[in-house]
Amino acid sequence: MPNRPSLPPGAFRAEGVAFLDWRPMSFAAGAGECVAIFGESGSGKTLLLRALADLDPHAGEVWLGDAEQQSMPAPQWRRQVGFLPAEAPWWEDAVGSHFGDPPGPDLLARLGFDNDVLTWESARLSAGERQRLGLARLLCQNPRALLLDEPTANLDAGSAAKVEAILADYARREQAPAVWVSHDPAQRARVAGRAFRLAGTALEEVGA
Amino acid sequence: MTIIDLSPWELSAAAALVVALAGVSLAGGLGIARPLVVAAARMAVQLSLIGLVLKSLFAAQGPWWVALMALAMLGAASFEVTARQKRRFRGGWGIAIGAGAMFASSFTVAIFALAALVRPEPWYEPRYAIPILGMLLGNTMSAIALAIDRLTDAAWRERRTIEARLLLGQPAREAIGGLARDAVRSAMIPVINAMAVAGIVSLPGMMTGQILAGNAPGDAVKYQILIWLLIAAGCGFGMLLAIRLAVRRLFDARDRLRLDHLISPN
Repeated sequence: MPNRPSLPPGAFRAEGVAFLDWRPMSFAAGAGECVAIFGESGSGKTLLLRALADLDPHAGEVWLGDAEQQSMPAPQWRRQVGFLPAEAPWWEDAVGSHFGDPPGPDLLARLGFDNDVLTWESARLSAGERQRLGLARLLCQNPRALLLDEPTANLDAGSAAKVEAILADYARREQAPAVWVSHDPAQRARVAGRAFRLAGTALEEVGA
Repeated sequence: MTIIDLSPWELSAAAALVVALAGVSLAGGLGIARPLVVAAARMAVQLSLIGLVLKSLFAAQGPWWVALMALAMLGAASFEVTARQKRRFRGGWGIAIGAGAMFASSFTVAIFALAALVRPEPWYEPRYAIPILGMLLGNTMSAIALAIDRLTDAAWRERRTIEARLLLGQPAREAIGGLARDAVRSAMIPVINAMAVAGIVSLPGMMTGQILAGNAPGDAVKYQILIWLLIAAGCGFGMLLAIRLAVRRLFDARDRLRLDHLISPN
C-alpha cells in the first residue's frame, strides 16, 4: 500500500490540485465526512471547487473512491461530485423541466415546497426558492460526493437550518464525502469535523 | 439587344447623390458621412478592379485561373466573417471556422449547380462559375457572421447558466443547446425573409440585371429561383457547420466552457 493515510472506499481526495498561480493543494474527506473550507473573498475557494469539478483547467489529481477525475468523461465525473453553486440558475420556463427524475415529495416537503412547485414558472422564483430548489435538483441526481459553495448564503436562518440538516442527512445516509465552503464559523463548527483555510494561494488545515 | 452604355458622366451624377447625402449627414452631425463616402469609394474601386479581373479571366478560360479566383474570394469572405464580430475567437479560429464552413457549403453547392444543373461547357466556365459562387459566398458569409456573433455573445452573457448545466452533468452540446439553436434561427431569418418577399417587395438583383441586359423575364426568373434555392441551402448548411465548429471551440475536450478562447471587446 502507498504511504498515504488509508481511507475507506468512497473517500474524496485532492492531490496537488493547482490552478493559475495558486500553490498545489491536497486534502481528503472520508466517506460521509464533511470538511469545511474558508478564506477571504478572492482567496480562491470557488476556483478550488471548480477545479475539483473539472470546470477549469488545473493540475493535480482528484479521486473519488478508486476513480480519478480524468479517467472518465467530464460530465460523468460532474454527476458524481454534485456541485451546488452559491446561486443556482434556472433556464427553462417551468421548474419541473430542470429535473431529470422528479424529486420525491418528502425531499420537497423538507425544503418547504408542495409537489406542485414543479409546475411553477422559473422566472417567478425568489432567490431563496431558487437556492432550495437547486439543492433538490442536485440531490435528485444522487451524487456520490458534495461540493458546496456557500449553499446557505442567500437563505434566511430557518431555511439555512433546513438545508444544513438535509445536506448532513444526505452525507450520512449515502456515505458521501462533502467539501463545504462557508464563511460562517458557527456553521463550520456545526457541519464539519475539520476545516481548511485558503490564504495567500495556499491551503492549510486549521482544525475544527 | 444590348444594354445602354454608361459613361463616367452618368456615374459621377449618381455619385453626386451620395455626396449630397454625406453633406446632409455632416450638417446634421449624424456621423455617417465618413463611413458612407469610404464605403462608396471602396465599392467603386473594388468593382472596377473586379471588372478588369473578370475580363481577363473570361479571356483566359483556364480552370486554374478560375480556382485561384474562387480561393481569393473565399479568403476575403473568411476575413470579413470575423471583421464585425463583438467577441472574436482568439488566434485566427474565427477565420478558420468561417473558411472551413464556407468552403464545405458554398463550394459544394456551387459545383453541384454547375456540374449537375446549369451544365455550361466546360462546367467551370467562369461566366457562370464566378457569379454563382460569389452570390453563395456573399450570403453564406453574412449568415455565418451573424450566427457566430450571436452564439459567442450569448455564451458570454449566459456563462453562469451554461456552467450550471455542465455541473449537473450535461455534455457541452446539451449545455449550450438552446443558445446554438437561437443563433441558427436568427441568422437564417434574413434569407427566409428575402425569399418570402422575392418578387412582391423587391426584384432580386440578379434577375434585375438579366432583365436590364435584355434577357427574357421568364429566363431571368428561372435563374433567380435556382439561385435563391442554392443560397438557402448553402447558407443553412454552411451555418450549421460553422455553429458546430464554433461550439466545439467554445468548449474543450473536458466539456469546460472556455471563454478565454474569445477576445473580449475593448
